[in-house]
Amino acid sequence: MPKVNIQKKSTDTDMTPFVDIAFLILSFFIMATKIKAPEPVKTTPPNSVSSKTLPKDESVLITMDDKSQVYFTILSETDKTVAPKLIADINAKRNLNLSAKQQSNFARTNIIGTSFAQLGTLLNLPDDKRNSITQTGIPVSDSLNNELVWWIGSAKTAFADGKRRVKFLIKGDEKAKYPAFEAVIDALRRNEEMKYYLVTSLEQPPAGTDLYISRQKGTTKD
Amino acid sequence: MASLEGGGDSGGHKKGPGVKKAKKLSTRVDMTPMVDLGFLLITFFIFTATMSEPKAMNLNMPKEPEKPDEEMLTKKSGALTIMLGKDNHVYYYEGELDAQASNFKSTDFKGIREEIIKKKKEVISRYVRDIKCEEQAAKDKIDPKSCEQKDFFVVIKPNAEATYKNTVDILDEMAINEVSRYAMVKITPTENELIKATEGGQK
Repeated sequence: MPKVNIQKKSTDTDMTPFVDIAFLILSFFIMATKIKAPEPVKTTPPNSVSSKTLPKDESVLITMDDKSQVYFTILSETDKTVAPKLIADINAKRNLNLSAKQQSNFARTNIIGTSFAQLGTLLNLPDDKRNSITQTGIPVSDSLNNELVWWIGSAKTAFADGKRRVKFLIKGDEKAKYPAFEAVIDALRRNEEMKYYLVTSLEQPPAGTDLYISRQKGTTKD
Repeated sequence: MASLEGGGDSGGHKKGPGVKKAKKLSTRVDMTPMVDLGFLLITFFIFTATMSEPKAMNLNMPKEPEKPDEEMLTKKSGALTIMLGKDNHVYYYEGELDAQASNFKSTDFKGIREEIIKKKKEVISRYVRDIKCEEQAAKDKIDPKSCEQKDFFVVIKPNAEATYKNTVDILDEMAINEVSRYAMVKITPTENELIKATEGGQK
């Protein structure tokens, strides 16, 4: 009988292809991702079928959180002069008597969610504290004293210097109540702004509906 | 040949029992820690990734003098008024609200879609060809089909207890069903009363 020689095989596997794949995936993710920007106010936007991309620059972001509090942010990456102009304008129009230091602090404030009466106190805080503190929201519910109107008005003035049309983004939490939204719209309307962008996350139109059919045909434009 | 240690060997090949053979080191590197690290980084990037970019939905509001326009429009039979109440309840009526509020109905977000589709079909079926409108549509590069629903008008009235999600959902419903004419209007006290009464009745 011939002897069958079973060779003892090593249990070691060659890991090289494994490593190759791992690093391939890794490099893909590094290149494909944008790191999430830290949000000062957490919101979960509702879904919509709209697939338009969001304007990121030269715009004003109005945030409503789940407690229906309203916050104001200016998004102006390319032009850094907008924020100083805006605060100077607000300061003059509302007689806030903000010091130069407070005004320069404004440019480094991520989000404004306080009344004019408390704005000075907010701007006195050191940077890290100012951007992490919980704010109570801009007073909007009283239509006679809707402070957002002033913020929007000044934002328009600040952006208007360069003859730019500022875009208005409204980002609301799902749980925000309608009156807050109405107050925001009212503030915009009083500044003669009628066109807004609502921030939503994408959702596909349900099968069988008109939009679904026209998207299938490719006749819709959006 | 003389050697320094244990000179018993005649050749250079064989070594005595005390001498250890120099072990041939493998050139292979243990890859396990590298793989570990690789996958750790992958997981990190997956978690921090923003895969779905936020999207924008356009909303255009009418200019302030909207009242006469609205009243005129709701008089038409092609009008559908949708009211949003608390706990995702939806209320609606077609045309004008009659005195006994007998056409005031309650539904939810699933039901309202069917109602919109039904109403839209009904308006389209009544459509008499309007050449003027179609010509205008062609000029403005709009689908001439939008003329078919020119009498169809949806009025959206969220009340104080409706959420922002409800509002966006109903606006989205307009987009889903391709309703070309709709407006968001303040709710009237009568309608608010009716919603309150219906809510009370359900409990």
